[in-house]
Amino acid sequence: MPSDEYEYALLRHRVIPDLDNLETYRKHGGFQAFEKAVTTMKPGELIDMVKASGLRGRGGAGFPTGLKWSFIDNKIWPHYVTANADESEPGTFKDREIMESNPYQFLEGVAICAYAIQAQEAYVYLRGEFWPIAGRLDQHIAAMQAAGLLGERLFGTEYALHIYTHLGAGAYIAGEETALLESLEGKISQPRLRPPFPATFGLYGKPTVVNNVETLTNVPLIVARGVDWFRSIGTEKSPGAKIFSVSGCVVHPGNYELPLGTTFRNLIFEHAGGIPDRHKIKAIMAAGASSSLIVANDQALDTPMDYESVPAVGGQLGSASIIVIDDSVDIRWLINKTLHFFKHESCGKCTPCREGTYWMMHLAERIHQGDAKPEDVQLLNTVASQMKGKCLCALGEFSIEAVMTGIERFKEDFDLAAK
Amino acid sequence: MTVSESTTMLAEKYAQEIQVILDKYPAEHRQSAVMPLLYLAQRDKMYVNRDDMAEIAEILGITSTEVASIVGFYSLYYDQPRGKYHIQVCTDMPCALRGADKFLQELCARLGIQPGETTADGLICVDAVMCLAACDKAPMFQVQSGAGLEYHENQTVESAMALIEQLRADAARMKSVGLRGRDSHA
Repeated sequence: MPSDEYEYALLRHRVIPDLDNLETYRKHGGFQAFEKAVTTMKPGELIDMVKASGLRGRGGAGFPTGLKWSFIDNKIWPHYVTANADESEPGTFKDREIMESNPYQFLEGVAICAYAIQAQEAYVYLRGEFWPIAGRLDQHIAAMQAAGLLGERLFGTEYALHIYTHLGAGAYIAGEETALLESLEGKISQPRLRPPFPATFGLYGKPTVVNNVETLTNVPLIVARGVDWFRSIGTEKSPGAKIFSVSGCVVHPGNYELPLGTTFRNLIFEHAGGIPDRHKIKAIMAAGASSSLIVANDQALDTPMDYESVPAVGGQLGSASIIVIDDSVDIRWLINKTLHFFKHESCGKCTPCREGTYWMMHLAERIHQGDAKPEDVQLLNTVASQMKGKCLCALGEFSIEAVMTGIERFKEDFDLAAK
Repeated sequence: MTVSESTTMLAEKYAQEIQVILDKYPAEHRQSAVMPLLYLAQRDKMYVNRDDMAEIAEILGITSTEVASIVGFYSLYYDQPRGKYHIQVCTDMPCALRGADKFLQELCARLGIQPGETTADGLICVDAVMCLAACDKAPMFQVQSGAGLEYHENQTVESAMALIEQLRADAARMKSVGLRGRDSHA
């Protein structure tokens, strides 16, 4: 439950029933922000507003959203918006809840972003497993069209916008923004060499904004309620609220929307009900399977979850997918699991990731099954460190985080001689 | 599969749906339609064959090899027949922390198969898959069939077996009314 003073900004369906109905959404102020933007604001003013709000990308990188929009090249046309709804990081399940239950706020965010960069076409790229959600989004888009919120000459202006859904087909890599664009172009989903970035060379080689679902869902309220309201939530450098997806060894796993800067302790023990079966908390992965393992001591538990503070205890906030690990879990088992994932999902384009995840997985399997020699741990660490800084995208780069921090910070689990 | 099914062109069978798909993308970038067209081709029989790929290539003005590369790369497309209902259990780390590995083993044991295999009646295939974005509701799985895809969360082996009996009954009913295995709400 949210604390008394906190009011839902994203998961508003939890207090407003039937928010996935267009009439209900409009009754609660829905699409007034989009109308205000199109009829009273210049695109540049809108970009400045989102910049001033301090909103940062909620998909993992935490990049300032307004700045990303401002990079769009106005010498090259047309422009595109692509919403990244490929949510596939183990531990992440927030965008799904938004799209299922508060879909219009998300679609309004897409629309406002499109107006800000003067795109007339926007695509929502959903992971293939979200097939039923895509079907419902198509219905919502049709309802918007029927209500004059999409299509030609919006609100009596010259501005026109169309939104389409596009389904992926089971590839984690498609969540990487340039791999997503390749997939949307009908190719195999592999990341592009950058630069150029999507802001100049995106979908079909045209300037494109790629934003996460949760990021875009923040935008309507920033426009409707203003920058000061948004900045009154969260911290100075990480303003706003965040949906924390809590999974693993907790009593109440689920999504919790809280201000950025809430401590791990508050989230895990107050909101998620703590650790079941009298176990003790051992480690935290704050950014899903891609994160380093934070030793869950008092200092870590009292750390505010924002983009600056989590790195100070040796982690990343990422998409805020908080996987809680208790003292019954052997870290050798854990990295064997994450490496099976990364090996399976490596797209094969760059050698360090394709080969590195393969060899790391085999070593981790051996270590987990007890067939390894003590020097295999060192070998695993060496393979991981050789990948660092050499992969084409974040998949490879972050596949080593749990491995290297696990070996470094949970030495007793890897002391094979003692096992 | 009957002969008529294998030789019916997608363009005849789904003319209108194909047009709706193509209209989503700029005319000069119709290759973007390859993924939705593959889903369409896969709808009836849960896999795509060489003829489907050749036809999609022709519609889009690309080569069959390019279409085949998409089928090979993405895990939700199949180029071989599978069980009619494909039960995919997420066993990634967060789900495994909530008992997903044990759930998969027990479910397979009840069905008398190994993960990745299909039951003797050819209806049910059970497999482990990567993250399905439902980590808080494990054990969970999705059922992929010609009708699309459906999540089942907070499962027990008993609830999963009850669902499987339901799927088998549905399949028997459809066969008896001569729908040749096509789901009524497809």
